[in-house]
Amino acid sequence: MKSSVITFPGSNCDRDMDVALSKFGFKNKMVWHNDQELPKSDLIVLPGGFSYGDYLRCGSMASKSKIMHSVINFAKSGGLVMGICNGFQILVESGLVPGVLLRNKYLQFICKNVHVKVDNEENSFFKNLDKKVLEFHIAHNEGNYFCTSDQLKEIEDNNQIAIYYCDKNGNTNDQTNPNGSIKNIAGIFNKEKNVLGMMPHPERMIDESLSGEDGSIFFKNLLNNIK
Amino acid sequence: MKVSAVITLKKDVLDPQGKVIHETLDGMGFNSVNEVRQGKYFEIDVKENDPKKAKDLVESMCKKLLANLVIENYKIIETQ
Repeated sequence: MKSSVITFPGSNCDRDMDVALSKFGFKNKMVWHNDQELPKSDLIVLPGGFSYGDYLRCGSMASKSKIMHSVINFAKSGGLVMGICNGFQILVESGLVPGVLLRNKYLQFICKNVHVKVDNEENSFFKNLDKKVLEFHIAHNEGNYFCTSDQLKEIEDNNQIAIYYCDKNGNTNDQTNPNGSIKNIAGIFNKEKNVLGMMPHPERMIDESLSGEDGSIFFKNLLNNIK
Repeated sequence: MKVSAVITLKKDVLDPQGKVIHETLDGMGFNSVNEVRQGKYFEIDVKENDPKKAKDLVESMCKKLLANLVIENYKIIETQ
């Protein structure tokens, strides 16, 4: 399976993502934001970081970069696209997934492990996943998911919420909501569920001795799903 | 020609920065503040001398990049 990770000026999780994808069997290529064409890929990843220094709004500049025309076309034709952290912000700014990511409710940069509940399996990202509560890492200042009430209704009607912040037992409430996101939303799909944006970093949980193994579970399952 | 645009958060969008500024003002003795909402201001010098065309151009910039219409409103406030 072939994957491509897009590097924007200011991306800093692109190489981590490359390591993670390669570790679990993807043939990964790095793609520069100023390129126009994507290599043949089964999965495109927009990595975390601080593209364009988070100027104007996080992800807003990167969403207008040259390669994004190809990424948008790839997504519209059904290709799998995953945006992590800043990549999620780029996805909302490009309109590929609904809503926006506001400044964290308590105005703090949050860097810690969180648990997320997978509540949606009719998609290539989480289908067949044995574990329903995963421990991932978050590190962001603008991860407070927001959308209008009309959008929220549409998102819920279409079953587009991918993961929720929760505790280790899967309970979602205000105490397990790190950043003020509506409904504890940590990740969301487009309507067709081939585009996933999420704040947590699975690529930071692929080594038991360094962090944890739940990212490994996620990537192994992802590879199996799209084989 | 210079055109300015002001971007403000929509009414029902939480503005934690505005809230903190409000609380700080309150602590400084400015007790008559009802609410503070923080926004953005842009001065754009465009290569266009027709005021209407210049405004239309900046309006298009607001819609496509400067504002995120899910959470923000824009207002073109002056033309020089």
